[in-house]
Amino acid sequence: MITVEKLTKRYGATLAVDAVDFEVKKGEIVGFLGPNGAGKSTTMKMLAGFLPPTSGRAEVAGFDVFGQSLRAREHIGYLPENVPLYPDMRVAEFLRYRGALKGVPGRRMRERVSDVLELCGLAEVERKIIGRLSKGYRQRVGLADAMIHEPDLLILDEPTIGLDPNQIRQVRDLIRNLRRHHTILLSTHILPEVEMLCSRVIIINKGRIEALDTPQNLRARLGAAGQIHFDARVSDARAALQEVRRLAGVASASTRADGDWTVFTVQANPGEDPRVELYELAVRNRWPVREISRSAVSLEQVFAEVTHSDEA
Amino acid sequence: MKKFFTLLGREIGAAFHQPLAWVVLFFFLLITGFNFHAGVSLLNRSAGTVTMVEAFFNTVYFWFPFLLVFPLITMRVFSEEVKLGTIEMLMTAPVRDAQVVLAKFFGALVFYIVLWAPSFLYFLLFQTVAEVNAAGATGSYLGAALMLLLVGLFYCAIGCLASALTDNQIVAAVMAFAGIVFLFFLGLLSLFLPGSGGFVRELTYFFSPVQHMMDFSRGIFDSRPVVFYLSGTIFVLFVTFHVFQYRRWRS
Repeated sequence: MITVEKLTKRYGATLAVDAVDFEVKKGEIVGFLGPNGAGKSTTMKMLAGFLPPTSGRAEVAGFDVFGQSLRAREHIGYLPENVPLYPDMRVAEFLRYRGALKGVPGRRMRERVSDVLELCGLAEVERKIIGRLSKGYRQRVGLADAMIHEPDLLILDEPTIGLDPNQIRQVRDLIRNLRRHHTILLSTHILPEVEMLCSRVIIINKGRIEALDTPQNLRARLGAAGQIHFDARVSDARAALQEVRRLAGVASASTRADGDWTVFTVQANPGEDPRVELYELAVRNRWPVREISRSAVSLEQVFAEVTHSDEA
Repeated sequence: MKKFFTLLGREIGAAFHQPLAWVVLFFFLLITGFNFHAGVSLLNRSAGTVTMVEAFFNTVYFWFPFLLVFPLITMRVFSEEVKLGTIEMLMTAPVRDAQVVLAKFFGALVFYIVLWAPSFLYFLLFQTVAEVNAAGATGSYLGAALMLLLVGLFYCAIGCLASALTDNQIVAAVMAFAGIVFLFFLGLLSLFLPGSGGFVRELTYFFSPVQHMMDFSRGIFDSRPVVFYLSGTIFVLFVTFHVFQYRRWRS
């Protein structure tokens, strides 16, 4: 659905997007992930045909985004960041206007408008003026606009930014429902969102693609070296720590006291899982155990690792 | 073509959805009404040499609101869209840049025509009440209307260009006003330089709306101003189109 080759965008001296290559297949939901200013929006604007690239090429649905811009745009539903809308129009009126611009035939207009109104939960504000809508509703009007002409590809630039947790959940559910009919490229810097929605993740930083894989694989890449949480009541914490460190598969361990209990934080060697050894150790020493658990590596850690940013 | 009319419909809607439109309409009608009143008074005092149509279209009260109104009509057409960011929505829909530019231009023009249309009722009123012909011949009306339209085309295009140059509406209005006033007074150059002779007078005649209106409202048709305004409009729209593309592509 999308083929991007050596796509580059330069603003004066700054390189916003640096020779990016990737591909998105039909039916995928691909998450575009990166810190602010990484080049997500710029890449999306180029794909949507709003900005020309400095060099490189991109194809959407078989049409060159720049050479055959109009044809390509017919296949794209684009939701820009911050969702710019005409504040003086009414919701249904706006959607009819956008539908007409995007070539929805007159006889199908009524049906399409009522479909997207329904799908985006806008039926009750259909006759309201857009300028008076809340942020959540405006976001959904933007989504409805992106879908009005049944595009093959949806490009959504931070679709959940600025929404409250309830609205975020609603928009996510909506996007999840869309995946049956559309290929979706969405950008975000909310990591759980990507884990929940996307089949593949592109991590971009300083204009370059740093990682491109499924969330599971990305997690697995780091997840081999897991962290184990072991919480037991031991008589002598220092001696116990020595014993834990001697176990097979343990790279390092530390303790902290929690009343009568001692909490061990154990770093496992890559590819090994010493939870069984820890259990047997506790049984041998007759230590009462409150918890043995292994924390799953979140994409957050992957992201921090890949983008080398300290604050993430 | 269908998309052009969709865009045009939106432009006209946007023009009338803002309070400024109604303020402009109100004061514009007030001033043209006063202009008409002044014309009637003039005819009452000095009988004979001019018709009502000539008296209406060739006074300061006519030219003052005429020049003032273009920046107000056109300042928002591109600036507002860029400022709101809606340009991104607009230009990622499958529409051509040229369609957008033309729709914006004709949207402004439609508003301009709506501003002037009621003025022609005055003459109807005049004829019914005074039982005197307002014009020497029908050609007077047609000439005046044609000249209004031609100068309107050209000056609307200049306003659109100014609006495409900046995302600040006030700056757009000031630029449009400066450009239009400059051109207008260039046409009056021979009045300021009485000793300049025939050449300057000849030259300035080509871009003097005052001269053109004087002729046309008498029913005298001259093809030179028609060519001048039409080609000027096309040229300025062409520049507007390129400015619009350039600014978007550079952003």
